[in-house]
Amino acid sequence: MTNQEHYVSEFSKLQKEQAAGQPGWLGRVRKAALDRFVELGFPTLEDEEWKYTNVAPIAKTSYRLGTETKAPGLKVEQLERITFGEMECSYLVFVNGRFTPELSRIRRLPDGVRVGSLATALAEEPGRLEPHLARHAAFDKQAFVSLNTAFLQDGAFVHLPRRKVMEEPIHLIYVTAPNGAPLVSHPRNLIVAEEGSQVAVVESYVSLGESAYFTNSVTEVVASEGAVVDLCKLQRESEQAYHVATLQSHLSRSARFASHSISLGGALVRNDINMVLDAEGIECVLNGLYLAQGTQHIDNHTFIDHAKAHCASRELYKGVLSGRSHGVFNGKIMVRKDAQKTDAKQTNKNLLLSEEALVDTKPQLEIYADDVRCTHGATIGQLDEEALFYLRSRGVGREDARSLLIHAFATDLISRIPVKPVRTGLECLLMTRLPVGIEHREGL
Amino acid sequence: MLEIKNLRAKVGDREILKGINLTVKPGEVHAIMGPNGSGKSTLAQVLAGRDTYEVTGGEATYEGKDLLDMDPEERAREGLFLAFQYPVEIPGVSTTYLLRAGLNAARKHQGLEELDAMDFLSLVKEKARLVEMDESLMNRSVNEGFSGGEKKRNEIFQMAVLQPKLAILDETDSGLDIDALKIVAQGVNKLRGADRAIIVVTHYQRLLNYIVPDKVHVLYEGRIVKSGGKELALELEDKGYSWIEEKVANA
Repeated sequence: MTNQEHYVSEFSKLQKEQAAGQPGWLGRVRKAALDRFVELGFPTLEDEEWKYTNVAPIAKTSYRLGTETKAPGLKVEQLERITFGEMECSYLVFVNGRFTPELSRIRRLPDGVRVGSLATALAEEPGRLEPHLARHAAFDKQAFVSLNTAFLQDGAFVHLPRRKVMEEPIHLIYVTAPNGAPLVSHPRNLIVAEEGSQVAVVESYVSLGESAYFTNSVTEVVASEGAVVDLCKLQRESEQAYHVATLQSHLSRSARFASHSISLGGALVRNDINMVLDAEGIECVLNGLYLAQGTQHIDNHTFIDHAKAHCASRELYKGVLSGRSHGVFNGKIMVRKDAQKTDAKQTNKNLLLSEEALVDTKPQLEIYADDVRCTHGATIGQLDEEALFYLRSRGVGREDARSLLIHAFATDLISRIPVKPVRTGLECLLMTRLPVGIEHREGL
Repeated sequence: MLEIKNLRAKVGDREILKGINLTVKPGEVHAIMGPNGSGKSTLAQVLAGRDTYEVTGGEATYEGKDLLDMDPEERAREGLFLAFQYPVEIPGVSTTYLLRAGLNAARKHQGLEELDAMDFLSLVKEKARLVEMDESLMNRSVNEGFSGGEKKRNEIFQMAVLQPKLAILDETDSGLDIDALKIVAQGVNKLRGADRAIIVVTHYQRLLNYIVPDKVHVLYEGRIVKSGGKELALELEDKGYSWIEEKVANA
C-alpha cells in the first residue's frame, strides 16, 4: 500500500465515524482536500520549496491517528512547567490532537468572546466557522495543509467580536502521549479577530517522553480592520518528533499581526508562515528563533505578500546551530504592483557553533512596485572573537563568555515576545537549552 | 610589578614587537608614546592576552608570575586591566552584568566572598558618579550605540569598578573632547596609589597634562628607543616624532 492509499483508508474510517456529526460543507472540503493530497503526494527534494528538507521519513511511515485523549500520567500540576507557572490565563490542552477538558482551564472571558475546542464549535455553531475555516490555508497547493484539512477534527477556536480586548493571553497546549505506535495529530486552529479587537495566543507543542510521532498543524488567523493579534508558537517537542506547521493569516486594513516562532525540539521541523497583506495600513511582524543541536533539522519558510500600499513588515529570524544540525531559512517577500510605499525589512542571522552545523539561508525579494523601501540581509557566522576577548579581558572565563554571547544572541528575540510569562519562562528555558549553561541573569 | 624583557610578537608574518624592555614598579605611571604603527596597541593587546598576536620571544613577568602563560581571564583576575582603544559593542550583555561577572570571578580567584547584588549596585553607582557616567548607559548592552566618548568613559568606569593593580590605557584619549578628557583623567588619577601601576599608551601629549607620568617611553618600529621623565612628552609635543625617526636612522 502506498502512503496515499494508507491515508485514503484512514480517511474513510474517519468519515464513517463522523459522517453524522459534521456539517455538509465541511465534509465536502475534507473530501476535496483528501483528493488533492492524493494528487500532490508528499513533497520531495525536487520541489523548490522543499529542496533543503527531506520529508521522506514522514512519507514512508504509516502514521495512525491517536485515539487516546487522556495523557496517562499527565497531571494538571505537571502542566505548570509548560504553562510557565504563574501565567494568569485560560489554557486549552489537546492530547493527541483532541481537546481534553479535564486538563484545560477556561477563565472568565469578556462578553461574546469564544475560546474553546474547534470540534465543539463545529458541533454547536458551524455557521460561525464556515466563512473562515479552510478558506485561507491553501489545501489545494500545500500537501501538508491538504492532509491536515482532510483529517481536520479538532484544535482551538478563538473568536473575538468587534472591539473586544482579551487582556490575558490564551495558551493552547498540544501534548502528544506516545503509545508505541507511530501517531499523527493534525491540530487545526482558527483565530478570528473582528474589527478593533485584540488577542494574544500562545501555541505550545510538547511531548511526554521521547518518541517518534508526527504533528501536522495548521493555524488560520483572520484579523479584521484594526484588529491586533499576537501569536507565539513554542515548539518544544521530543528530538525524535516530526513537526510540520502552517500558519496562514489574512489581514484587513490597519490590522496588526505579530508572530513569534520559537523552535527548540523536534527531529525534523518545518514551519510555513504565509501572510497576505491585502489592504492598506497593515503592520506585520514575523520573528523567529531556532536552536538546533545534534542531528536536528529546522526549516522556517515565510512568505509575506504585500498586495496593497502603505503596509509595513518586519521580519527577524535567528538561529543557533550546533552539533551536526541543519537550519533552513527561506524568506520570500513579494511586493505587488499596487503595493506602493511598502516598507519591508527582513533579517536572518545564524550562529554556527560547530564545524558540522549547516545552515541554508535564502532571502527572496520580488518587487513590482517602484516606490518602496525594502531591505534584507542574512548573516552566518561564528562567535565574535573580539567580543569574546573583551569579555575575557574583564575576567569572564572562556566558556562563560561563549555562553554569554550565545545567550545574548538568542535573548534578543525572546525579549521581543509581548507575553511576559512566556518571555521570562523562555529566558530560563534557554539557560538549560543553550550549548553551555550559565547562571541565571535575574536582577540585572 | 611588571617586567618585560626582549618581548617580540608578530601577527601573520609581520613582526611588530621587536624586543621590548620595560620595567614598571608599583605606584608608577608610565606613558608609552610613539607614531602610528609603532606597535603601541600591539604591546597593550599582547599584555592583555589577545591571541591574534603570536609572542615569538622574550618574557613578561607580572608580580613574579609568567604573564604570557596566563589566559586573558586569568590576567584580569590577577588584577590586570586593559582599556581598549576600540571598545567592542556586545548586544544583549549589559555593562553591569559583565562587571558583576568579572568582579565576582576575580574575587573568587582571590579567595574572597562574591559581592551580593546590593553591595554591587552601590559600588557601581559610586563609580558611575566618579566618571560622570549616566546610569542608564551601564544598564544598556555593552557599548551598543554609544558615542565614541561614551565608550571611552565606559572603559574608565569599568576600570574604576574592577580596581585593577595594573591598568593599561590604550589611546583612551583619542577622540575625546577636553571635558571628557578631564573626566577620564580624574578617573585614572583616583586609581593611582602606592600598590598600583598605570601604563598610558598615547599618541599625544595632551592627556599627560592631566595624568602626569613618572616615566615616558618612545616606541618606534617595535622597540623602545628613548625613555625619560615627563619632560620627554613635552619635547615630543614640541618637535613631533620626526627627530626620533632621524635619530634612529642615524644610529
